[in-house]
Amino acid sequence: MAPGFRPPPRRRLPRRFRLPRGFRLPRGLRVRLVVAFLLAAAFGALLTAGLTYHRGRAAILERTESTAVADLRAQLDSLAPELSFPPRAEDLRALTVQLDRAGGSRGWHATAAYRDGEPVSAAPEPPPVPSSLRAAVRHRHGAAYERIERGGRPWLVVGMPVAYADDGGRAGDRGELSGLTVYTSFPLDDDAADIDALVTAAQAGAVPALALAVVPALFAARSVLRPVRRLRSGAESIAGGELGTRLDAEGRDELADLTRSFNAMAATLEKDDAELRRMEAGARRFAADVAHELRTPLAAMAAVTEVLDEDAASGVLPADTADAVRLISEETRSLARLVEDLMEVSRFDAKAAPLDVVETDLRTLVTKTLHLRGWADDERVVADLPEPVPVRADPRRVDVVLANLIGNALRHGRPPVTVAARAEDGLAVVTVTDHGPGIPEDVLPHVFERFFKAEEARTRSQGSGLGLAIAHENALLHGGTLSAADTPGGGAVFTLALPRAATPQERR
Amino acid sequence: MARVLLVEDDPAVQRGVTLALRRRGHEVEVAASGESGLLALERYRPDLVLLDLMLPRMSGLEVCRRIRESKQVPIIILSARGDEIDMVVGLEAGADDYIIKPASGQLIDARIKAVLRRVAPAQGGPSAPAATGTEQHGDLTVDRTSLVVSRHGTELPLAPSELKLLLFMTATPHQVYSRQQLLEQVWEHSFYGDVRLVDACVMRLRAKIEDDPRKPVYVQTVRGFGYRFGPL
Repeated sequence: MAPGFRPPPRRRLPRRFRLPRGFRLPRGLRVRLVVAFLLAAAFGALLTAGLTYHRGRAAILERTESTAVADLRAQLDSLAPELSFPPRAEDLRALTVQLDRAGGSRGWHATAAYRDGEPVSAAPEPPPVPSSLRAAVRHRHGAAYERIERGGRPWLVVGMPVAYADDGGRAGDRGELSGLTVYTSFPLDDDAADIDALVTAAQAGAVPALALAVVPALFAARSVLRPVRRLRSGAESIAGGELGTRLDAEGRDELADLTRSFNAMAATLEKDDAELRRMEAGARRFAADVAHELRTPLAAMAAVTEVLDEDAASGVLPADTADAVRLISEETRSLARLVEDLMEVSRFDAKAAPLDVVETDLRTLVTKTLHLRGWADDERVVADLPEPVPVRADPRRVDVVLANLIGNALRHGRPPVTVAARAEDGLAVVTVTDHGPGIPEDVLPHVFERFFKAEEARTRSQGSGLGLAIAHENALLHGGTLSAADTPGGGAVFTLALPRAATPQERR
Repeated sequence: MARVLLVEDDPAVQRGVTLALRRRGHEVEVAASGESGLLALERYRPDLVLLDLMLPRMSGLEVCRRIRESKQVPIIILSARGDEIDMVVGLEAGADDYIIKPASGQLIDARIKAVLRRVAPAQGGPSAPAATGTEQHGDLTVDRTSLVVSRHGTELPLAPSELKLLLFMTATPHQVYSRQQLLEQVWEHSFYGDVRLVDACVMRLRAKIEDDPRKPVYVQTVRGFGYRFGPL
């Protein structure tokens, strides 16, 4: 009847499957439901069996006791009148012998005592008469009984005082007591057997009941677990980005309500997500459209900026006009650059930026950029290219990144600007270091944001405000990284890390 | 210097480009649509066509194809569209070079001159052989003097960029060139030009000179690096 859930015995488990010292209860909902069901069933069975046992035992014992008292009284009624008072010890022994004989079927052992005298018995080993029983008889002036344990068996001891009576004395009456008390004891073996049978019956009923309780427990667990499992897989799909996930909500219970709430949540999420995507796509398309529309007028203007430059420089124009012409020419070029950068950013946003990767030497790329951008003979820019650095990269995009970083260092830092390339931990790394004031700590996390300006009031710099953002996107497109930091010496250092080529290759 | 036909529908761009090119000594004729551009081609006989892709009715790509059906006049695409795919399609249709708007007059002028420049392998090419006489490469006969390439005695109609590329590569057979190098040497672009210009030109050239363009023997691909001529 022990209500403990244990896995069915198996063959000896491999060592690692043995339960650890601190045994933990299984956590699964199914196991917990089954255990709870079994506990409830076991509790019910235990309660029922306990009550039945208790009442049945009491009834059996009560019947035995009352029968024994009645038998003893009847025997004494017939035997006591023959006694002479005060009785001698032989009289008492004779009485007990007669009583033993009369109650032979029960296996009585009778003992008789007069007043406070020693109890006298016929048997060689007289059954003990508990002093508590003697006191009870004396106190009640009537019959009393007590259960005792003797030789590992339950015994019943009945005590009965004998009273005088007009018609020769009646035992146990409330008349004047004679002082003679008769005790008789006998084992309760039959009753113990009856009570044991009760226990056996209770066990025989409870064990199948418990076994049967497992079945509804498993059914209940299944009916609870199925919707729970569905909800879990639904939540996993949503987390995986499948916002169109919906679940069937059957029934009217709490789990069905939960499923309906889940569906409502998924629908809201999907709607919001679609709305956000639509707005974001709209914003991006707008930026791309604006940049595109600006291109045509800029194409006309850009074609003639050199005409303006030449005439402004020729001295034929009034000074003010020449200044204005130069201004227009310069600003047209920065506007063209800005539009170009905006278009590039739109391509990144639309994931339409192509990557044309070749295996080459990073030193070649650095040298080419310095040469093409007019920094090759510029003493403000120092190249530190000690050894070959094989790299897998799109040369055009690396040029864009390097030009941005070096231009940025020259504008905001102080020379010399050092460009160093090296191979490091399976990466091709190029750093651009300047000796300026460095980047303030609160600005550092934002340097790669679009149109980020460290100070609102800062005068517009040469760049479009997109240069570092584009450089960062280019690094990511390669599967590389671009990071900014301050050097211990105070300048800023930008680090571009690109995938390394599998084998070093000499460029021809 | 050169007679340029500008096919462009936007009046501002027409005026700007015309002004810039005239200042640099070119003669410019303007056509505002593809149809009038094709007519002007016959009448005006330009040295070079500057072609916008976004044209009303007949598209720039279609104009490019029609010109290439009968003529090997150099074509430079002048596109406001940054969309890479349009440019690639334009190059595959037979254009020799492209310029993305907005572009300065200086840049347009430089590209025109580069496309028109007569091919001379000595101009930066490594160890150029004597630029005279004819050479035989398999079935191909290359005449560096008359700039004629023929196969089995038939003259091949090669566009200027195709001819320049072939002459450059046949000057040094077996030499491998990266696409960046070809871009610099043949197109005079900077190192960072778009290498798909090279790919498109190689594709067109193969279609004309190879027996099976999918299994090229003349202009071979060196995987992961570039192209080389031969070995045959």
